[in-house]
Amino acid sequence: MRKVYLDHIAATPLHPLARESMLPFLKENFGNPQSLHSFGQPVLEAVEEARVRVARLINASAEEIFFTASGSEANNFAVKGMALAQRDKGKHLVVSAIEHQSVLNSVKSLERQGFQATLVPVSREALVDPQDVAKAITPQTVLVSVMLANSEVGSLQPAAEIARLCRARQVPFHTDAVAAVGNIPVDVKALGVDALSLAGDQFYGPKGSAALYVRKGVRLLPFIDGGIQEGGRRGGTENVAGIVGLGTAAEAAANELDRRAEKAQALRDRLIEELPRRVERVILTGHPTRRLPYHASFCIEFIEGEAMLLSLDMKGIAASSGSACTSRALKVSHVLLAMGLDHALAQGSLIFSLLDSTEAEDLDYVLEVFPPIVRRLREMSPLYTKYLEESRK
Amino acid sequence: MMYTEKVMDHFQNPRNVGVIKDADGVGQVGNPVCGDMMTFYIKVKDGRLADIKFQTFGCGAAIAVSSIVSEMAMNRTLEEALKITNEKVAEELGGLPKNKLHCSNLGADALHKAIENYTTRQGGRPGKSKCEAAAAAAESCCCPYCDGPLEGGEGICQTCNVELEECPECHKATSAQEETCAHCGSKLH
Repeated sequence: MRKVYLDHIAATPLHPLARESMLPFLKENFGNPQSLHSFGQPVLEAVEEARVRVARLINASAEEIFFTASGSEANNFAVKGMALAQRDKGKHLVVSAIEHQSVLNSVKSLERQGFQATLVPVSREALVDPQDVAKAITPQTVLVSVMLANSEVGSLQPAAEIARLCRARQVPFHTDAVAAVGNIPVDVKALGVDALSLAGDQFYGPKGSAALYVRKGVRLLPFIDGGIQEGGRRGGTENVAGIVGLGTAAEAAANELDRRAEKAQALRDRLIEELPRRVERVILTGHPTRRLPYHASFCIEFIEGEAMLLSLDMKGIAASSGSACTSRALKVSHVLLAMGLDHALAQGSLIFSLLDSTEAEDLDYVLEVFPPIVRRLREMSPLYTKYLEESRK
Repeated sequence: MMYTEKVMDHFQNPRNVGVIKDADGVGQVGNPVCGDMMTFYIKVKDGRLADIKFQTFGCGAAIAVSSIVSEMAMNRTLEEALKITNEKVAEELGGLPKNKLHCSNLGADALHKAIENYTTRQGGRPGKSKCEAAAAAAESCCCPYCDGPLEGGEGICQTCNVELEECPECHKATSAQEETCAHCGSKLH
Protein backbone atom coordinates (compact mmCIF):
# COMPACT_ATOMS: atom_id res chain seq x y z
CA MET A 1 0.00 0.00 0.00
CA ARG A 2 1.10 3.51 -0.76
CA LYS A 3 2.26 5.45 2.31
CA VAL A 4 1.63 9.19 2.34
CA TYR A 5 2.77 11.23 5.30
CA LEU A 6 0.99 14.59 5.57
CA ASP A 7 1.55 15.37 9.23
CA HIS A 8 4.44 17.81 9.14
CA ILE A 9 2.97 19.64 12.14
CA ALA A 10 3.42 16.49 14.26
CA ALA A 11 6.96 15.66 13.17
CA THR A 12 9.31 15.92 10.22
CA PRO A 13 11.83 13.21 9.29
CA LEU A 14 15.45 13.87 10.15
CA HIS A 15 17.47 15.51 7.38
CA PRO A 16 20.23 13.09 6.25
CA LEU A 17 22.86 15.78 6.84
CA ALA A 18 21.55 16.33 10.37
CA ARG A 19 21.66 12.61 11.09
CA GLU A 20 25.23 12.31 9.78
CA SER A 21 26.37 15.25 11.88
CA MET A 22 24.85 13.75 15.03
CA LEU A 23 26.42 10.30 14.82
CA PRO A 24 29.91 11.14 16.17
CA PHE A 25 28.24 12.54 19.29
CA LEU A 26 26.34 9.29 19.81
CA LYS A 27 29.62 7.40 19.39
CA GLU A 28 33.14 8.51 20.15
CA ASN A 29 32.52 12.19 20.92
CA PHE A 30 30.74 11.52 24.18
CA GLY A 31 32.57 14.09 26.29
CA ASN A 32 30.86 16.73 28.38
CA PRO A 33 31.16 20.11 26.68
CA GLN A 34 31.91 21.72 30.02
CA SER A 35 35.00 19.51 30.59
CA LEU A 36 38.35 21.18 30.08
CA HIS A 37 40.07 18.07 28.74
CA SER A 38 40.45 16.87 25.19
CA PHE A 39 37.23 14.83 25.38
CA GLY A 40 35.19 17.89 26.26
CA GLN A 41 36.60 20.70 24.18
CA PRO A 42 35.75 19.45 20.66
CA VAL A 43 32.22 18.79 21.90
CA LEU A 44 31.93 22.33 23.23
CA GLU A 45 33.09 23.61 19.86
CA ALA A 46 30.39 21.58 18.11
CA VAL A 47 27.70 22.96 20.43
CA GLU A 48 28.86 26.52 19.82
CA GLU A 49 29.04 25.94 16.08
CA ALA A 50 25.42 24.74 16.20
CA ARG A 51 24.50 27.91 18.09
CA VAL A 52 26.03 30.02 15.32
CA ARG A 53 24.09 28.07 12.67
CA VAL A 54 20.77 28.44 14.47
CA ALA A 55 21.46 32.15 15.00
CA ARG A 56 22.28 32.59 11.31
CA LEU A 57 18.98 31.03 10.23
CA ILE A 58 17.02 33.77 12.01
CA ASN A 59 19.59 36.61 11.69
CA ALA A 60 20.45 36.64 15.42
CA SER A 61 23.76 36.56 17.31
CA ALA A 62 24.95 33.28 18.76
CA GLU A 63 24.80 34.57 22.35
CA GLU A 64 21.11 35.30 21.88
CA ILE A 65 20.30 31.59 21.35
CA PHE A 66 19.36 29.36 24.31
CA PHE A 67 18.98 25.66 23.59
CA THR A 68 15.97 23.89 25.08
CA ALA A 69 14.46 20.40 24.88
CA SER A 70 11.28 21.37 23.00
CA GLY A 71 9.28 24.20 21.52
CA SER A 72 7.01 23.94 24.53
CA GLU A 73 9.96 24.46 26.84
CA ALA A 74 11.10 27.46 24.82
CA ASN A 75 7.60 28.96 25.16
CA ASN A 76 7.51 28.28 28.92
CA PHE A 77 10.99 29.74 29.24
CA ALA A 78 10.05 32.92 27.39
CA VAL A 79 6.62 33.56 28.89
CA LYS A 80 7.50 32.75 32.51
CA GLY A 81 11.09 33.97 32.33
CA MET A 82 10.21 37.34 30.83
CA ALA A 83 7.06 37.96 32.87
CA LEU A 84 8.60 37.02 36.20
CA ALA A 85 11.73 39.07 35.47
CA GLN A 86 9.53 42.18 35.35
CA ARG A 87 6.96 41.41 38.03
CA ASP A 88 7.99 44.56 39.90
CA LYS A 89 6.87 46.55 36.83
CA GLY A 90 3.45 45.00 36.45
CA LYS A 91 1.54 41.77 36.27
CA HIS A 92 -0.44 41.93 33.07
CA LEU A 93 0.04 39.74 30.00
CA VAL A 94 -1.43 39.92 26.51
CA VAL A 95 -1.64 36.76 24.37
CA SER A 96 -3.76 35.69 21.44
CA ALA A 97 -6.62 33.25 21.91
CA ILE A 98 -5.07 30.76 19.48
CA GLU A 99 -1.65 30.34 21.10
CA HIS A 100 -0.20 26.87 21.61
CA GLN A 101 -1.08 25.18 24.92
CA SER A 102 2.48 25.73 26.12
CA VAL A 103 1.89 29.50 25.99
CA LEU A 104 -1.71 29.43 27.25
CA ASN A 105 -0.90 27.11 30.13
CA SER A 106 2.20 29.10 31.04
CA VAL A 107 -0.12 32.09 31.27
CA LYS A 108 -2.53 30.10 33.46
CA SER A 109 0.35 29.15 35.68
CA LEU A 110 1.31 32.83 36.00
CA GLU A 111 -2.31 33.72 36.75
CA ARG A 112 -2.08 31.45 39.78
CA GLN A 113 0.87 33.61 40.85
CA GLY A 114 -1.12 36.83 40.69
CA PHE A 115 -0.74 37.79 37.03
CA GLN A 116 -3.70 38.78 34.89
CA ALA A 117 -4.03 38.08 31.20
CA THR A 118 -5.98 39.45 28.27
CA LEU A 119 -6.73 37.04 25.43
CA VAL A 120 -6.82 38.85 22.10
CA PRO A 121 -9.49 37.46 19.73
CA VAL A 122 -8.88 36.36 16.14
CA SER A 123 -10.84 36.77 12.92
CA ARG A 124 -12.64 33.97 11.09
CA GLU A 125 -9.33 33.46 9.21
CA ALA A 126 -7.49 33.13 12.55
CA LEU A 127 -5.73 36.47 12.16
CA VAL A 128 -4.95 38.78 15.07
CA ASP A 129 -5.70 42.46 14.50
CA PRO A 130 -2.67 44.43 15.78
CA GLN A 131 -5.06 47.16 16.92
CA ASP A 132 -6.68 44.66 19.29
CA VAL A 133 -3.24 44.01 20.78
CA ALA A 134 -2.65 47.74 21.15
CA LYS A 135 -5.99 48.13 22.90
CA ALA A 136 -5.23 45.27 25.29
CA ILE A 137 -1.91 46.72 26.46
CA THR A 138 -2.06 48.56 29.80
CA PRO A 139 0.67 50.36 31.78
CA GLN A 140 0.96 47.10 33.79
CA THR A 141 1.58 44.90 30.72
CA VAL A 142 4.97 43.19 30.95
CA LEU A 143 4.70 40.77 28.03
CA VAL A 144 2.88 40.31 24.74
CA SER A 145 3.03 36.89 23.09
CA VAL A 146 1.49 36.26 19.68
CA MET A 147 2.53 33.34 17.52
CA LEU A 148 4.08 33.80 14.10
CA ALA A 149 2.24 30.87 12.52
CA ASN A 150 -0.51 28.63 13.77
CA SER A 151 0.08 24.93 13.20
CA GLU A 152 -3.62 23.99 13.19
CA VAL A 153 -4.88 26.44 10.61
CA GLY A 154 -1.64 27.70 9.09
CA SER A 155 -2.37 31.40 9.46
CA LEU A 156 0.57 33.80 9.56
CA GLN A 157 0.19 36.63 12.04
CA PRO A 158 1.28 40.23 11.43
CA ALA A 159 4.09 39.78 13.97
CA ALA A 160 6.24 42.66 12.69
CA GLU A 161 3.38 45.09 13.11
CA ILE A 162 2.64 43.81 16.61
CA ALA A 163 6.34 44.00 17.50
CA ARG A 164 6.43 47.62 16.34
CA LEU A 165 3.52 48.71 18.48
CA CYS A 166 4.89 46.79 21.48
CA ARG A 167 8.25 48.46 21.12
CA ALA A 168 6.60 51.89 20.94
CA ARG A 169 4.99 51.08 24.28
CA GLN A 170 8.17 49.50 25.69
CA VAL A 171 6.49 46.15 26.24
CA PRO A 172 8.57 43.04 25.46
CA PHE A 173 7.17 40.88 22.65
CA HIS A 174 7.61 37.13 22.28
CA THR A 175 6.52 35.13 19.28
CA ASP A 176 6.09 31.38 19.09
CA ALA A 177 7.61 30.65 15.69
CA VAL A 178 7.83 26.88 16.08
CA ALA A 179 5.67 26.17 13.02
CA ALA A 180 7.39 28.85 10.96
CA VAL A 181 11.16 28.75 11.46
CA GLY A 182 12.93 26.63 8.89
CA ASN A 183 9.85 26.69 6.65
CA ILE A 184 9.47 30.37 5.81
CA PRO A 185 12.09 33.14 6.04
CA VAL A 186 12.26 34.41 9.62
CA ASP A 187 14.48 37.36 10.50
CA VAL A 188 14.32 38.46 14.14
CA LYS A 189 15.71 41.90 13.33
CA ALA A 190 13.26 42.55 10.51
CA LEU A 191 10.43 41.31 12.70
CA GLY A 192 11.67 43.37 15.65
CA VAL A 193 10.78 40.72 18.22
CA ASP A 194 12.36 40.46 21.66
CA ALA A 195 12.06 36.70 21.93
CA LEU A 196 11.21 33.86 19.56
CA SER A 197 10.74 30.10 20.00
CA LEU A 198 11.77 27.52 17.40
CA ALA A 199 11.94 23.73 17.30
CA GLY A 200 14.09 21.37 15.23
CA ASP A 201 11.45 18.72 14.70
CA GLN A 202 9.47 21.19 12.58
CA PHE A 203 12.27 21.60 10.03
CA TYR A 204 13.89 18.20 9.65
CA GLY A 205 15.98 18.41 12.82
CA PRO A 206 15.87 15.91 15.70
CA LYS A 207 13.11 15.74 18.31
CA GLY A 208 13.99 17.01 21.77
CA SER A 209 16.04 19.84 20.37
CA ALA A 210 14.72 23.39 20.19
CA ALA A 211 15.79 26.92 21.02
CA LEU A 212 14.69 30.26 22.36
CA TYR A 213 16.04 33.45 20.87
CA VAL A 214 16.18 36.33 23.34
CA ARG A 215 17.38 39.71 22.13
CA LYS A 216 20.42 40.99 23.97
CA GLY A 217 19.36 43.26 26.82
CA VAL A 218 15.93 41.68 27.37
CA ARG A 219 15.39 40.59 30.96
CA LEU A 220 14.85 36.86 31.38
CA LEU A 221 14.90 34.73 34.54
CA PRO A 222 16.67 31.35 34.51
CA PHE A 223 14.38 28.45 33.62
CA ILE A 224 16.42 25.60 35.07
CA ASP A 225 18.61 26.58 38.00
CA GLY A 226 21.87 24.73 37.71
CA GLY A 227 25.31 25.18 36.30
CA ILE A 228 26.72 27.57 33.75
CA GLN A 229 25.16 25.98 30.68
CA GLU A 230 23.16 28.31 28.42
CA GLY A 231 24.49 31.39 30.14
CA GLY A 232 23.34 30.11 33.53
CA ARG A 233 19.71 30.39 32.47
CA ARG A 234 19.11 26.79 31.59
CA GLY A 235 21.28 24.44 33.61
CA GLY A 236 21.89 20.78 32.80
CA THR A 237 24.30 18.86 30.63
CA GLU A 238 23.67 19.68 27.00
CA ASN A 239 21.81 17.33 24.65
CA VAL A 240 24.85 17.46 22.41
CA ALA A 241 23.77 15.23 19.53
CA GLY A 242 20.38 16.95 19.45
CA ILE A 243 21.92 20.41 19.45
CA VAL A 244 24.37 19.48 16.69
CA GLY A 245 21.51 18.01 14.64
CA LEU A 246 19.48 21.17 15.17
CA GLY A 247 22.42 23.28 13.97
CA THR A 248 22.83 21.19 10.83
CA ALA A 249 19.08 21.26 10.14
CA ALA A 250 19.16 25.05 10.55
CA GLU A 251 21.99 25.35 8.05
CA ALA A 252 20.20 23.05 5.61
CA ALA A 253 17.02 25.06 6.03
CA ALA A 254 18.87 28.31 5.32
CA ASN A 255 20.10 26.77 2.07
CA GLU A 256 16.94 24.94 0.98
CA LEU A 257 14.14 27.03 2.46
CA ASP A 258 13.13 28.98 -0.61
CA ARG A 259 13.06 25.91 -2.82
CA ARG A 260 11.15 23.90 -0.18
CA ALA A 261 8.56 26.61 0.34
CA GLU A 262 8.02 27.12 -3.37
CA LYS A 263 7.52 23.40 -3.98
CA ALA A 264 5.21 22.89 -0.99
CA GLN A 265 3.12 25.92 -1.81
CA ALA A 266 2.39 24.82 -5.37
CA LEU A 267 1.25 21.40 -4.13
CA ARG A 268 -0.70 22.91 -1.24
CA ASP A 269 -2.53 25.31 -3.54
CA ARG A 270 -3.63 22.45 -5.72
CA LEU A 271 -4.96 20.57 -2.69
CA ILE A 272 -6.81 23.65 -1.44
CA GLU A 273 -8.32 24.15 -4.87
CA GLU A 274 -9.13 20.55 -5.69
CA LEU A 275 -10.44 19.09 -2.42
CA PRO A 276 -13.55 21.29 -2.21
CA ARG A 277 -14.25 20.42 -5.84
CA ARG A 278 -14.33 16.73 -5.08
CA VAL A 279 -16.15 16.89 -1.74
CA GLU A 280 -19.14 19.15 -1.18
CA ARG A 281 -19.58 21.17 2.02
CA VAL A 282 -15.89 21.61 2.83
CA ILE A 283 -14.42 24.83 4.15
CA LEU A 284 -10.81 25.92 4.24
CA THR A 285 -9.75 26.91 7.76
CA GLY A 286 -7.32 29.79 8.21
CA HIS A 287 -6.39 32.39 5.64
CA PRO A 288 -6.33 31.37 1.94
CA THR A 289 -3.00 33.05 1.17
CA ARG A 290 -1.44 34.29 4.41
CA ARG A 291 -0.62 30.78 5.52
CA LEU A 292 2.29 28.37 5.93
CA PRO A 293 3.39 27.09 2.51
CA TYR A 294 3.15 23.43 3.55
CA HIS A 295 -0.24 23.73 5.23
CA ALA A 296 -3.76 22.90 4.04
CA SER A 297 -6.49 22.64 6.67
CA PHE A 298 -10.21 22.07 6.31
CA CYS A 299 -13.43 21.38 8.11
CA ILE A 300 -15.51 18.67 6.51
CA GLU A 301 -19.15 19.17 7.43
CA PHE A 302 -21.32 16.48 9.08
CA ILE A 303 -18.51 14.09 10.01
CA GLU A 304 -15.91 13.86 12.72
CA GLY A 305 -12.12 14.14 12.49
CA GLU A 306 -10.99 11.00 14.26
CA ALA A 307 -13.16 8.79 12.09
CA MET A 308 -11.59 10.47 9.04
CA LEU A 309 -8.06 9.98 10.40
CA LEU A 310 -8.67 6.28 11.08
CA SER A 311 -10.10 5.80 7.60
CA LEU A 312 -7.20 7.66 5.97
CA ASP A 313 -4.70 5.69 8.05
CA MET A 314 -6.18 2.46 6.69
CA LYS A 315 -5.30 3.81 3.24
CA GLY A 316 -1.75 4.63 4.36
CA ILE A 317 -2.36 8.37 4.70
CA ALA A 318 -1.25 10.19 7.85
CA ALA A 319 -2.94 13.51 8.67
CA SER A 320 -4.20 15.24 11.82
CA SER A 321 -7.28 16.91 13.25
CA GLY A 322 -8.35 19.35 15.94
CA SER A 323 -11.52 17.40 16.77
CA ALA A 324 -12.36 16.69 20.40
CA CYS A 325 -12.17 12.95 19.86
CA THR A 326 -8.56 13.13 18.69
CA SER A 327 -7.45 14.99 21.81
CA ARG A 328 -6.97 13.05 25.00
CA ALA A 329 -8.81 15.75 26.90
CA LEU A 330 -11.79 15.33 24.54
CA LYS A 331 -11.88 19.06 23.93
CA VAL A 332 -12.40 20.45 20.51
CA SER A 333 -9.58 22.70 19.29
CA HIS A 334 -9.57 26.09 21.07
CA VAL A 335 -8.18 27.55 17.85
CA LEU A 336 -11.23 26.60 15.78
CA LEU A 337 -13.63 27.80 18.48
CA ALA A 338 -11.74 31.10 18.77
CA MET A 339 -12.26 31.55 15.01
CA GLY A 340 -16.00 31.38 15.63
CA LEU A 341 -16.63 27.92 14.18
CA ASP A 342 -19.41 26.00 15.91
CA HIS A 343 -18.70 22.70 17.63
CA ALA A 344 -20.15 20.47 14.94
CA LEU A 345 -18.08 22.09 12.21
CA ALA A 346 -14.92 22.14 14.34
CA GLN A 347 -15.36 18.40 14.95
CA GLY A 348 -14.83 17.91 11.22
CA SER A 349 -11.33 19.40 11.34
CA LEU A 350 -8.73 17.83 9.07
CA ILE A 351 -5.15 19.03 8.59
CA PHE A 352 -2.84 18.02 5.76
CA SER A 353 0.69 19.33 6.26
CA LEU A 354 3.21 18.54 3.55
CA LEU A 355 6.80 17.44 3.72
CA ASP A 356 9.55 18.43 1.33
CA SER A 357 9.39 14.86 0.01
CA THR A 358 5.65 15.11 -0.78
CA GLU A 359 5.00 14.74 -4.50
CA ALA A 360 2.03 15.54 -6.74
CA GLU A 361 1.24 11.80 -6.99
CA ASP A 362 0.85 11.64 -3.21
CA LEU A 363 -1.82 14.31 -3.32
CA ASP A 364 -3.47 12.67 -6.33
CA TYR A 365 -3.77 9.57 -4.19
CA VAL A 366 -5.31 11.57 -1.33
CA LEU A 367 -7.75 13.24 -3.71
CA GLU A 368 -8.70 9.81 -5.04
CA VAL A 369 -9.26 7.97 -1.74
CA PHE A 370 -10.65 10.78 0.39
CA PRO A 371 -14.05 11.41 -1.29
CA PRO A 372 -15.25 7.79 -0.77
CA ILE A 373 -14.19 8.04 2.90
CA VAL A 374 -16.29 11.16 3.34
CA ARG A 375 -19.22 9.52 1.54
CA ARG A 376 -19.08 6.45 3.77
CA LEU A 377 -18.96 8.47 7.00
CA ARG A 378 -21.69 10.82 5.85
CA GLU A 379 -23.97 7.91 5.08
CA MET A 380 -23.71 7.06 8.77
CA SER A 381 -24.14 10.63 10.00
CA PRO A 382 -27.45 11.84 11.43
CA LEU A 383 -26.32 15.41 10.74
CA TYR A 384 -25.90 14.66 7.04
CA THR A 385 -29.31 12.98 6.87
CA LYS A 386 -30.81 16.06 8.48
CA TYR A 387 -29.01 18.29 5.99
CA LEU A 388 -30.31 16.25 3.05
CA GLU A 389 -33.85 16.36 4.39
CA GLU A 390 -33.68 20.11 4.89
CA SER A 391 -32.18 20.79 1.48
CA ARG A 392 -34.97 18.74 -0.13
CA LYS A 393 -37.58 21.04 1.40
CA MET B 1 -3.19 1.01 17.46
CA MET B 2 -5.24 2.47 20.27
CA TYR B 3 -8.33 0.38 19.34
CA THR B 4 -8.83 -3.38 19.48
CA GLU B 5 -9.27 -5.39 16.29
CA LYS B 6 -12.95 -5.76 17.07
CA VAL B 7 -13.45 -2.00 17.40
CA MET B 8 -11.70 -1.48 14.08
CA ASP B 9 -13.82 -4.20 12.44
CA HIS B 10 -17.05 -2.56 13.61
CA PHE B 11 -15.76 0.85 12.59
CA GLN B 12 -14.84 -0.36 9.12
CA ASN B 13 -17.88 -2.57 8.60
CA PRO B 14 -20.56 -1.20 10.86
CA ARG B 15 -23.66 -3.39 11.12
CA ASN B 16 -27.18 -1.98 10.79
CA VAL B 17 -26.36 1.55 9.65
CA GLY B 18 -29.33 3.51 8.42
CA VAL B 19 -32.74 4.95 9.12
CA ILE B 20 -36.08 3.13 9.64
CA LYS B 21 -38.67 5.45 8.16
CA ASP B 22 -41.64 3.88 9.98
CA ALA B 23 -39.78 3.08 13.19
CA ASP B 24 -41.72 2.04 16.29
CA GLY B 25 -39.27 3.94 18.48
CA VAL B 26 -36.49 6.50 17.99
CA GLY B 27 -33.82 7.44 20.51
CA GLN B 28 -31.28 10.19 20.16
CA VAL B 29 -28.41 11.06 22.50
CA GLY B 30 -25.44 13.36 22.46
CA ASN B 31 -24.61 16.60 20.74
CA PRO B 32 -21.67 17.78 18.66
CA VAL B 33 -20.43 19.59 21.78
CA CYS B 34 -19.70 16.19 23.34
CA GLY B 35 -18.14 15.02 20.13
CA ASP B 36 -20.70 12.32 19.47
CA MET B 37 -24.32 12.06 18.43
CA MET B 38 -26.29 8.85 17.94
CA THR B 39 -29.77 8.07 16.70
CA PHE B 40 -31.27 4.60 17.07
CA TYR B 41 -34.38 3.39 15.24
CA ILE B 42 -36.21 0.23 16.30
CA LYS B 43 -38.96 -2.01 14.98
CA VAL B 44 -40.69 -4.13 17.62
CA LYS B 45 -42.54 -7.39 16.90
CA ASP B 46 -43.98 -9.65 19.59
CA GLY B 47 -41.97 -7.90 22.29
CA ARG B 48 -38.72 -8.39 20.42
CA LEU B 49 -36.45 -6.00 18.51
CA ALA B 50 -37.19 -7.17 14.99
CA ASP B 51 -35.01 -4.50 13.39
CA ILE B 52 -32.51 -1.91 14.59
CA LYS B 53 -30.80 0.81 12.60
CA PHE B 54 -28.55 3.61 13.73
CA GLN B 55 -26.79 6.75 12.56
CA THR B 56 -23.76 8.15 14.35
CA PHE B 57 -21.79 11.37 14.11
CA GLY B 58 -18.58 10.75 15.97
CA CYS B 59 -15.25 9.07 16.35
CA GLY B 60 -14.26 5.51 15.54
CA ALA B 61 -15.22 4.31 19.01
CA ALA B 62 -18.66 5.91 18.79
CA ILE B 63 -19.35 4.22 15.45
CA ALA B 64 -18.09 0.84 16.68
CA VAL B 65 -20.14 1.13 19.88
CA SER B 66 -23.33 1.91 17.93
CA SER B 67 -22.70 -1.02 15.63
CA ILE B 68 -22.08 -3.55 18.38
CA VAL B 69 -25.04 -2.34 20.45
CA SER B 70 -27.30 -2.90 17.44
CA GLU B 71 -25.87 -6.38 17.04
CA MET B 72 -26.15 -7.23 20.74
CA ALA B 73 -29.79 -6.11 20.87
CA MET B 74 -31.04 -7.55 17.57
CA ASN B 75 -33.89 -10.06 18.04
CA ARG B 76 -33.73 -9.67 21.82
CA THR B 77 -36.76 -8.98 23.98
CA LEU B 78 -37.13 -5.38 25.15
CA GLU B 79 -36.31 -6.50 28.69
CA GLU B 80 -33.12 -8.18 27.54
CA ALA B 81 -32.12 -5.13 25.48
CA LEU B 82 -32.67 -2.83 28.43
CA LYS B 83 -30.20 -4.95 30.39
CA ILE B 84 -27.36 -4.14 27.97
CA THR B 85 -25.00 -2.07 30.09
CA ASN B 86 -22.16 0.20 29.15
CA GLU B 87 -19.73 -2.25 30.72
CA LYS B 88 -21.04 -5.08 28.57
CA VAL B 89 -20.69 -2.98 25.43
CA ALA B 90 -17.06 -2.10 26.19
CA GLU B 91 -16.37 -5.73 27.14
CA GLU B 92 -17.91 -7.03 23.92
CA LEU B 93 -15.55 -4.76 21.96
CA GLY B 94 -12.54 -6.16 23.78
CA GLY B 95 -12.12 -2.92 25.73
CA LEU B 96 -11.96 0.76 24.85
CA PRO B 97 -9.31 3.37 25.65
CA LYS B 98 -10.13 4.98 29.00
CA ASN B 99 -10.98 8.38 27.54
CA LYS B 100 -13.36 6.75 25.06
CA LEU B 101 -15.48 4.92 27.63
CA HIS B 102 -18.10 7.65 27.51
CA CYS B 103 -18.82 6.60 23.92
CA SER B 104 -19.90 3.20 25.21
CA ASN B 105 -22.34 4.96 27.55
CA LEU B 106 -23.94 6.73 24.63
CA GLY B 107 -24.59 3.57 22.61
CA ALA B 108 -26.65 1.74 25.21
CA ASP B 109 -28.37 4.99 26.21
CA ALA B 110 -29.49 5.70 22.66
CA LEU B 111 -30.94 2.20 22.32
CA HIS B 112 -32.69 2.46 25.70
CA LYS B 113 -34.12 5.83 24.71
CA ALA B 114 -35.52 4.29 21.53
CA ILE B 115 -37.16 1.54 23.60
CA GLU B 116 -38.55 4.10 26.06
CA ASN B 117 -39.87 6.07 23.12
CA TYR B 118 -41.60 2.92 21.84
CA THR B 119 -43.10 2.22 25.29
CA THR B 120 -44.40 5.79 25.51
CA ARG B 121 -45.98 5.53 22.08
CA GLN B 122 -47.68 2.34 23.26
CA GLY B 123 -49.20 4.43 26.07
CA GLY B 124 -46.93 2.97 28.70
CA ARG B 125 -44.65 4.78 31.08
CA PRO B 126 -44.00 8.50 30.66
CA GLY B 127 -41.28 9.19 28.12
CA LYS B 128 -38.57 10.30 30.42
CA SER B 129 -35.05 9.13 29.80
CA LYS B 130 -33.44 7.02 32.49
CA CYS B 131 -31.40 9.91 33.71
CA GLU B 132 -34.24 12.39 33.58
CA ALA B 133 -36.45 10.04 35.59
CA ALA B 134 -33.73 9.42 38.16
CA ALA B 135 -32.91 13.11 38.25
CA ALA B 136 -36.52 14.08 38.85
CA ALA B 137 -36.54 11.76 41.82
CA ALA B 138 -33.23 13.01 43.18
CA GLU B 139 -33.83 16.65 42.23
CA SER B 140 -30.51 16.82 40.41
CA CYS B 141 -30.25 17.20 36.63
CA CYS B 142 -28.82 15.80 33.46
CA CYS B 143 -26.32 17.04 30.94
CA PRO B 144 -28.35 18.37 27.99
CA TYR B 145 -25.77 17.05 25.55
CA CYS B 146 -25.09 13.47 26.60
CA ASP B 147 -27.85 12.90 29.17
CA GLY B 148 -25.23 11.97 31.78
CA PRO B 149 -26.04 12.70 35.42
CA LEU B 150 -24.76 16.03 36.77
CA GLU B 151 -23.42 16.35 40.27
CA GLY B 152 -24.66 19.44 42.05
CA GLY B 153 -22.60 22.57 41.49
CA GLU B 154 -20.16 21.00 39.04
CA GLY B 155 -19.25 23.30 36.13
CA ILE B 156 -18.40 20.36 33.90
CA CYS B 157 -20.24 17.21 32.85
CA GLN B 158 -18.30 14.22 34.18
CA THR B 159 -19.60 12.06 31.34
CA CYS B 160 -18.88 14.11 28.25
CA ASN B 161 -16.58 16.81 29.65
CA VAL B 162 -18.59 19.73 28.30
CA GLU B 163 -18.31 22.91 30.33
CA LEU B 164 -21.69 23.89 31.71
CA GLU B 165 -23.34 26.91 33.18
CA GLU B 166 -26.80 27.69 34.47
CA CYS B 167 -29.15 29.38 32.01
CA PRO B 168 -30.38 32.62 33.59
CA GLU B 169 -33.84 32.08 32.05
CA CYS B 170 -34.78 28.47 32.74
CA HIS B 171 -32.09 27.68 35.33
CA LYS B 172 -31.13 24.46 33.61
CA ALA B 173 -27.56 23.47 32.80
CA THR B 174 -26.34 24.36 29.31
CA SER B 175 -22.96 24.58 27.59
CA ALA B 176 -20.86 27.54 28.63
CA GLN B 177 -19.54 27.80 25.08
CA GLU B 178 -22.85 28.06 23.26
CA GLU B 179 -24.64 31.28 22.47
CA THR B 180 -28.11 29.99 23.25
CA CYS B 181 -29.49 27.73 25.98
CA ALA B 182 -29.94 24.09 24.94
CA HIS B 183 -33.32 23.92 26.73
CA CYS B 184 -35.18 27.18 26.25
CA GLY B 185 -33.15 28.72 23.42
CA SER B 186 -32.76 32.04 25.19
CA LYS B 187 -29.62 34.04 24.52
CA LEU B 188 -26.71 33.54 26.93
CA HIS B 189 -23.93 36.02 27.82
